Amino acid sequence: MSNSGTTSSPNNFWKENKGFVFIFPWLVGFLVFKGYPFLSSLIYSFSDYSLFEGISKWGIFNYIEVFTNKKIQTGFIITFKYAFMTVPLKLIFALFVAYILNFKIKGVKMFRTVYYIPSILGSSVAIAVLWKAIFKDDGIINMLLGFFGIAGPHWLSNKTAALFIICLLRVWQFGSTMVIFLAALKGVSPDLYEAASLDGAGKWRQFFTITVPMITPVIFYNLVTQLVQAFQEFNGPYIITAGGPRGATTLVSLLIYNNAFKKYAMGLASSQAWVLFIILMIFTAILQYSQKHWVYYSDEEA
Amino acid sequence: MTLERKRQIATVAKYVVLILVGILMIYPLVWMIGASFKPNSEIFSSIGFIPKEPTVQGYKDAMNGYGGDIDIWKSMLNTYKIVIPKVILTIVSCTVTAYGFARFKFKGHDFLFALLMATLFLPNVVLNVPQFIMYNGWGWVDSPLYLPLIVPTLFAQDTYFVFMLIQFLRNIPRELDEAAKIDGCTALGTLWHVIVPCLKPAMTSAALFQFMWSSNDFMGPLLYVSTPKRYPAAIFVKMSMDADTGFSWNRILALSLISIVPSLVVFFIAQDQFIDGVTAGSVKG
Repeated sequence: MSNSGTTSSPNNFWKENKGFVFIFPWLVGFLVFKGYPFLSSLIYSFSDYSLFEGISKWGIFNYIEVFTNKKIQTGFIITFKYAFMTVPLKLIFALFVAYILNFKIKGVKMFRTVYYIPSILGSSVAIAVLWKAIFKDDGIINMLLGFFGIAGPHWLSNKTAALFIICLLRVWQFGSTMVIFLAALKGVSPDLYEAASLDGAGKWRQFFTITVPMITPVIFYNLVTQLVQAFQEFNGPYIITAGGPRGATTLVSLLIYNNAFKKYAMGLASSQAWVLFIILMIFTAILQYSQKHWVYYSDEEA
Repeated sequence: MTLERKRQIATVAKYVVLILVGILMIYPLVWMIGASFKPNSEIFSSIGFIPKEPTVQGYKDAMNGYGGDIDIWKSMLNTYKIVIPKVILTIVSCTVTAYGFARFKFKGHDFLFALLMATLFLPNVVLNVPQFIMYNGWGWVDSPLYLPLIVPTLFAQDTYFVFMLIQFLRNIPRELDEAAKIDGCTALGTLWHVIVPCLKPAMTSAALFQFMWSSNDFMGPLLYVSTPKRYPAAIFVKMSMDADTGFSWNRILALSLISIVPSLVVFFIAQDQFIDGVTAGSVKG
């Protein structure tokens, strides 16, 4: 409270801004590894930058390409399909399992551990290899379906099925989302349930009228983080299906990769990344805005 | 009676669901272990995981390298040449940054904190291309020291961990800092003697997550490692898969399995810290 508008001695200045020293490395890193690349990619997106030939012209042609090229548009549509299939499935499944685990269940810890393992290993190449093996035409999934007299599809060569198994790989990793839900569920006061059951509300009604509203902040958090992740999915489609069959799993992230690192068309790749980025920002903004209509924050503190 | 009975049925139903989900989670992994000990002709002939004619041929073949430059052991060594420095640097840099943000007021604090939070949601997809151009200009691509993968962690660029540590730091009473100050501790001394001991569980969580994420990282090495002898396991396994699928599944499954053993071991040793770490970032915030 010493700096009442008057000049403070250098010694004071140092004392008041000591904390700056601690965050200085981060700030430098931010400017070099994030800020500069972020802005430069915006600039590159208006050029025909090729890694080996440099820039020869400027303009909005990349964006025109993004909005008129059929292949790129398909990429965006597939990305939307993927995200809107994966995220709700994963969240609903995670919440459902967390809800069951939140009852007095013996061996909660064991179940939690088992459910969590896929989340830990899921993004590794090893699991992608495994996925490819179990969804082979003669893999265990089709064998299992065979037991029930169902002829399984050719998962890896059928367009819809291929996108579905990529999505399933992420849903399978619902563990970390579930752990977050579980922690939130534990925070819901038992009094609320007690009051509700005195009022004669059944388990389902309690779930929708008490549980869900009380944990909306966590649903919101999971929704945003999962959506951001889903829109950038790369490993699954790249390793398991290589974007195929016939482009059916070529998400935007793969298009960007192909343009930038196979064709070295850095300008075009940057513009695709920016369009994806802006779409993501719009979604996040919509969610943020909608928050006040459905997210319940208890008024203890901000 | 009927109510009691209903409750019993509900309880049984819950366990049935939980166990079924558990099987879905774990069976693919169990099958993978079994399949890696099967002869190739047997792998896709039955759904069971127990090999009828157990063999270690898959593992023997897994030891074969490519052209002598790279094999599974060398590639795993490369993985940890990347992972270990990343973990250490992340812990140090993120703790220092979190301390600065959580415990001090300085000019521009709020603006910089907002910037930090914004980068938490900044999708990597917009950064990949320009970062590559930048590293390429610096001659860092395919660097023997994996500079593009490691150096950013020196500057606390994995914002998630900074955020997680700040959340924990907020729960450490400021009185402790004050007391240390009175005892004549400098700001750095307070960090080392007061904050770090209290923050250890959170730092462990951050270290574990960085370990897992970096071990699994595929896109980083895909972009920045191109010489075979420097391939980490992620790239080596992918390359083996492309070369081998269709004829030698037991080899490729064995390779995949070997590559995730360290992660599995770490997970089983430290599972509670993982769970605590996941919830810390989100719920308290």
